[in-house]
Amino acid sequence: MHGLSVTAAAGDCVHVAGPNGSGKTTLLRVLAGLLTAEQGSVSWQGRPISADREAYGASLSYLGHMDGLKAEFTARENLAFEAGLRRRLAAGEIDQVLARVALTGSRDQPVRSLSAGQRRRLAMARVMLTGAPLWLLDEPFTNLDDAGVQCLSEEIAGHLDAGGAALIASHQSPKIPRHALRRLDLG
Amino acid sequence: MSWTWLHKLSSPPHAYRITGRLAPWLGWPALALIVTGLYGGLVLAPADYQQGDGFRILYVHAPSAWMSMFIYATMATAAAIGLIWRIKLAHGVAAASAPLGAWFTFLALATGSIWGKPMWGTWWVWDARLTSELILLFLYFGLMALRASIEDRERADRATAVLAIVGIVNLPIIHYSVYWWNTLHQGATITRLGKPSITGDMLWPLLVMLAGFTFYYFAVLMTRLRAEILRRERDASWLKTELSA
Amino acid sequence: MARTGTGAAFWLIFRRDLLLAFRHWDHVVQPVVFFAMVTTLFPLALSPELGELRQLAGGVLWVAALLAALLGLDFLFRSDHADGTLEQLLLSGQPLALMAIAKAAAHWTACGLPLVLVSPLLAIGLGVPTTALCTVMLSLALGTGILSALGAIGAGLTLGLRRGSMLLSLLVLPLAMPALIFGARAIDMSIHEDTARGPLLLLAAMLVLVVTLAPLAVAAALRISAE
Repeated sequence: MHGLSVTAAAGDCVHVAGPNGSGKTTLLRVLAGLLTAEQGSVSWQGRPISADREAYGASLSYLGHMDGLKAEFTARENLAFEAGLRRRLAAGEIDQVLARVALTGSRDQPVRSLSAGQRRRLAMARVMLTGAPLWLLDEPFTNLDDAGVQCLSEEIAGHLDAGGAALIASHQSPKIPRHALRRLDLG
Repeated sequence: MSWTWLHKLSSPPHAYRITGRLAPWLGWPALALIVTGLYGGLVLAPADYQQGDGFRILYVHAPSAWMSMFIYATMATAAAIGLIWRIKLAHGVAAASAPLGAWFTFLALATGSIWGKPMWGTWWVWDARLTSELILLFLYFGLMALRASIEDRERADRATAVLAIVGIVNLPIIHYSVYWWNTLHQGATITRLGKPSITGDMLWPLLVMLAGFTFYYFAVLMTRLRAEILRRERDASWLKTELSA
Repeated sequence: MARTGTGAAFWLIFRRDLLLAFRHWDHVVQPVVFFAMVTTLFPLALSPELGELRQLAGGVLWVAALLAALLGLDFLFRSDHADGTLEQLLLSGQPLALMAIAKAAAHWTACGLPLVLVSPLLAIGLGVPTTALCTVMLSLALGTGILSALGAIGAGLTLGLRRGSMLLSLLVLPLAMPALIFGARAIDMSIHEDTARGPLLLLAAMLVLVVTLAPLAVAAALRISAE
């Protein structure tokens, strides 16, 4: 990839578009700081992320190809550990967020017994729970049915309303209520 | 301080040309030095009063052992530079040096074994220096094995760099432990590679051989580095113009 | 929205990894069984005479423990790498070196500590007198600790590689040789009624050094492997 430039401010939503293999995942990983570009740099709030990778990591939430969930833990345990690493969770927060992604019933089931769509929703719940201002989502709507897609789109809209920013890599065009998407074509 | 001169120097086109020009300037002196050193050591130097002519293998053994450690240190330094400042050429130096270092280590072990045979009666003994060299050889093997197992070149460079740095930090600890271990079990037979007392006319061939080996290492390093650059910059446009010119 | 402190994060990861380890009982039991089996190989291969075995006991116990611990190292990062939780750890905002220590500590508790607890039984089987059993446990406790830390470096570097387990052993074994020398020596001295304080203190010093420096290398290795 050459000559790529992308900026996002509070309330912005960028749709990274392109067919499979065009580098959407690579771009998102570079933006997350997991990958270092050979040339060029990523800056957050005016400072390059290489200066303090860990602080940058705390300001973002990344949803990659893999769900980032331990199959042996229950939905609750997964959220408690992963979000708990970032901030102290108030009582009932986990239950609240599980309700928002319609996973209350599966709260105490080990993740290995959940369907692919349920796991994706749980991964999204993790993103929501971190409270980070920047969301980097790689194909978040995979394996979701229409209700799931709607639910997630609404959550993303809520995040943008609150002043957060999101970059969504998807080969389909996502529809986020109340917000227009800027499109970055990689194909 | 601006490091742009270093970045410019280590840019592949520059490096390719410079290594090409340096190689003969290092290679011929290497040959001359080694031949002189060998003549001085094998022919001119007086026979040791204790070990007779057998000690002459010291003239290959000692410089090899020295080189094996020098190359490891060079490799670890280059790897660290490549890791911290992300200079690809430094990684190339590390990659090119590892097999050379391994060969010198093997040479040290082989000559050490040959040297010891008349004294101990066996081809191998767990002498502290030899054991230390053997562990060094294992460290080299580990580095080369790691590099070979990783397909992505950048990841391979950086992973072997971390391993090289870990190795160099461990090296003094390993040395000390092995020496201590060796002193514990003094058997009836003296199993140390007895170093003959060195006089002046025995010393100069040793230093000449050492210089010769060092020149040799750098000469071969230049050549291998060139090959590394070719490998890494296979698709670059500057290379196509360079080769067609 | 209070940020989780690094201390709290350390314990969170430690607890998490320990919980995971005990949900996979075989990961805990297998190295112990391997340890017992390898130790048994020596009397079979050499001699059933306890007197003869006693001379080699220190070395045999240490080599067997080393190999068993190496076997267990494979599990350190593999599952986290496979399901994406490792990259989440990289992005969590907590210092990676600290989390590496937490994981290695949990790994030692689940893999190394069982080896230490079983070692007296195996030591008796090799003719070690009861007076030396304390030294056996202490020596192996320090040694498996050193190995967990060194092995974490190797595990980080070989993440996701095919035949990574064999490569891991090749990388870690030379680095573990100093610990082996002093650890086996400590047991030996104790068997011969000598005080083993010297080697044990050196082992402890090595442990401190490794625990201080290794996490930096592990963090670097994890970042490199996650790319």
